[in-house]
Amino acid sequence: MSVADIQIEKDLHHDGHDDHHEQSFISKYIFSTDHKTIAKQFLITGIFWALIGGGLSVIFRLQLGFPDMELYWLKPLLGKWITAEGKIDSEFYLALVTMHGTIMVFFVLTAGLSGTFANFLIPLQIGARDMASGFMNMLSYWFFFVSGLIMFISFFLETGPASGGWTVYPPLSALPQAIQGSGAGMTMWLVSMVFFIASTLLGGINYITTIINMRTEGMSFTRLPLTVWALFLTAILGLLSFPVLVAAALLLVFDRSFGTSFYLSDIYIGGEALPHMGGSPILYQHLFWFLGHPEVYIVILPALGITSEIISTNSRKPIFGYRAMIGSMLAIGFLSFIVWAHHMFVTGLNPFLGSIFMFLTLIIAVPSAVKAFNYITTLWRGNIKFTTAMLFSIGLVSFFISGGLTGIFLGNSALDINLHDTYFVVAHFHLVMGSAAFFGMLAGVYHWFPKMFGRMMDERLGSIHFWLTFVGVYLVFFPLHYIGIAGFPRRYYSFTSFDAFQTFTDLNSFVSIAAALTFFAQFIFLFNFFYSIFAGRKASLNPWKSNTLEWTTPRLPGHGNWPGAIPKVFRWAYVYSKPGAKDDFIPQTVPLSETPESNLPNEVEEAKAEASKK
Amino acid sequence: MLNLIIVIAVVLVLAILVTVFRVITLVNVAKGEGSKSVPPTNRINAILLILFLIAGLFGFFYFSFGGLQDDFVLPLASEHGAVTDRLFWITMGITCFVFIVTQIFLFGFAYKYQHKEGNKADFYPHNNKLEVIWTAIPAVVLAILIVSGWKAWSDITGKAPDNAEVIEVMGYQFSWSVRYPGADKNLGDSDFQKMDVTNTMGIDFTDQASFDDFIPTQLVLPKGRPVLLKIRAKDVIHSVFQPHFRMQMNAVPGMPTRFWFVPTKTTEEMREETGNPDFNYELVCNKICGYGHFGMKYSILVLEADEYDQWYADQQAWLKLNDDYLSEVPDNLKEAARIAAGIDNVISVDKADKALVSN
Repeated sequence: MSVADIQIEKDLHHDGHDDHHEQSFISKYIFSTDHKTIAKQFLITGIFWALIGGGLSVIFRLQLGFPDMELYWLKPLLGKWITAEGKIDSEFYLALVTMHGTIMVFFVLTAGLSGTFANFLIPLQIGARDMASGFMNMLSYWFFFVSGLIMFISFFLETGPASGGWTVYPPLSALPQAIQGSGAGMTMWLVSMVFFIASTLLGGINYITTIINMRTEGMSFTRLPLTVWALFLTAILGLLSFPVLVAAALLLVFDRSFGTSFYLSDIYIGGEALPHMGGSPILYQHLFWFLGHPEVYIVILPALGITSEIISTNSRKPIFGYRAMIGSMLAIGFLSFIVWAHHMFVTGLNPFLGSIFMFLTLIIAVPSAVKAFNYITTLWRGNIKFTTAMLFSIGLVSFFISGGLTGIFLGNSALDINLHDTYFVVAHFHLVMGSAAFFGMLAGVYHWFPKMFGRMMDERLGSIHFWLTFVGVYLVFFPLHYIGIAGFPRRYYSFTSFDAFQTFTDLNSFVSIAAALTFFAQFIFLFNFFYSIFAGRKASLNPWKSNTLEWTTPRLPGHGNWPGAIPKVFRWAYVYSKPGAKDDFIPQTVPLSETPESNLPNEVEEAKAEASKK
Repeated sequence: MLNLIIVIAVVLVLAILVTVFRVITLVNVAKGEGSKSVPPTNRINAILLILFLIAGLFGFFYFSFGGLQDDFVLPLASEHGAVTDRLFWITMGITCFVFIVTQIFLFGFAYKYQHKEGNKADFYPHNNKLEVIWTAIPAVVLAILIVSGWKAWSDITGKAPDNAEVIEVMGYQFSWSVRYPGADKNLGDSDFQKMDVTNTMGIDFTDQASFDDFIPTQLVLPKGRPVLLKIRAKDVIHSVFQPHFRMQMNAVPGMPTRFWFVPTKTTEEMREETGNPDFNYELVCNKICGYGHFGMKYSILVLEADEYDQWYADQQAWLKLNDDYLSEVPDNLKEAARIAAGIDNVISVDKADKALVSN
């Protein structure tokens, strides 16, 4: 067993100089190769970007909810993007929605979520000293940092940041004549994305390698916590799909800067016919959504994994249908690669292709439904503790159902004709992947905060934060369904030009107020988070009475995670409330031979074999 | 100065809040709350969850059945729209049922099985029968939806009837142009390299079919007759969206698209139905296209079929209105062009010669 050999060697190696070789501040906190520090770097950076992304949405919601409001008071912040009439510039409005989407999807819910929890949880939950390559892991964070830096700088350009929508469809994104943001802002967007993808790939290769090769003794794939399963599949999806985005971006760079015609053809703009011939803008959309759709699952799968863990722990029950959960994640992961064209039903796609993609898209609802049912059944006859993490997990399941069901409309190509690019779509994806993934991230932070910082977050503030956010999110996104059915198009600066869209002004104001309140409620979290890092109550070793390996480490695990040998694993991650057991949980490190009172008939033999090995 | 005072006040208020928070925390620590394994807010959260369910379901029903000031269902004016609307409401019925039942179970179980001292959760890791059932049922329901959706989709996207009125729609930043084929019912070619300030649609006058094409200032449609829109774009991607007709198709530069449908109500009838004497159908752009995206509107007029034919016959060929462009017509076709476009011979020969000289 080569895997075991490597691990033994690694153990010896570590035991030699396990404790304390003093590190400088820079190698400990900045260019750290420790997975826990890198996870925290991802988390803090993710929070920073979430604030920017959320802040942008509040600004454009102001415009949508209160089109007559004078916004001179935003001038210190936005400068010339506030027009002489005190309004947001309509092109800058598009830049706001573009940046909101880009930041939230990539920086917050991909890097902030996967980056944080894959780095933090994988080694701790599989029983490894660190990631397979600490150096690549460090590079992964710093590529992300550079990517963010470039995107941030693009806000300060004379012509503004990219503004063609987060999907940056050419020709709009290729022609500075068409929109200012497609000048330098778009160039920086593309460069930033290339760095971001490099970061994701470096991270992803590491996550996959670590999970396959570095599981501790006894940690078979069928004993892995679902978080690790989810992060594993997420990394595979990312590894297979992100390179396609690089290809798409590269061709776009060629079209923009070197006069090629991959995406451009037959264009007359600014009083001249452009020389481009023979390209197809639809090619870009195919390439983009080949990443774009798996990306949706890259965002939601880790959140679902985190939720599985938290719901099981706090219901004090095994997760219901563990194998079905893995099976549905595998199915979702596989199907996510062959549904991309459902974003393109009305682009002029061959109608036959449309039928195929409708069929495949609606199939994906089956494994998603199975997951939702399994979460609910896990609650059934539990003994539930409503920790803040648990509340956010329940909220996630609620969003996942509400938003997932509207996907059945949009995946149906005949219905998509009328719903495509309306607010119905906005409501759908903000619930099912935006808010759900965001709740997964928050749930994870509340749940693993004690392991990250050795202290507890305040549960009361946590509850208040949850309720304001949960109710707020529903108040923001539920009304958008009505507006969407009424045909309101998304990415509209104002609805005043059309007779058909003179309605729902009050509802739009209401949504904007709810959005602002929800945004400001996040400062309760920020206070709780930063206050608790320094002055929170000290955490016990296993505050949630959980089974997984991370809770067997010291309160503040050092370099290498376990001071002694890496613990061995003897059982499944979800043994809660097993009949006959003395406590309502049995950690994975407890051998079957030590729990004769609770062993099931099929486990008795195993326990004997175990005991004889000793 | 005022700003400074505000900043100081904010800082002070924050400091007070933090101190209060600290005191409460310390009191709770002194009470020994930290050693309890159940969060202090457990019961209240369970109650809030069930209250949220009740309030949420009430709000959902109230606002879905008339509680909103405005109606969210747009009146319908096309044949295929009746099919998709029916499908939409069937899907709505099914999903709402699932939505309500699952949310009741989710919040209901959360409330019912909240932590109670001495209780022990059920060790219930799986039940294959249950799992097969709830995999199979969604699969069957979705299969039904897929089949009905697929049927509707292939009818809608199928070939347009031969007698369809062909109309060309072109999107550009930030409006629309429409071109009708004229008396010969045959649209002439177009070429983006022939576009200029006047010939904005790039009509190619070497094609005989283009001579009688006309470009009105609004999109006029006949009621009850199939209409085939041939859609293209001049600069970036736009989307031809008409919510009342339940139709949408992107306008893509370099890749012509199409959509056919049958309008079922004239503008006049729609004004009566909605009780709004100013009602007009509108063509909406629904693909982000630049700073004027939100104002990219074109008006649509639906007439009775005979009114439409009358209107159609009254239109003047674009070439007649811009007879300078006769110069682009090949010499051997000039006479045919004059006849097709209905250009009065004497004046136009003169003009065309002038144009030739200037070229």
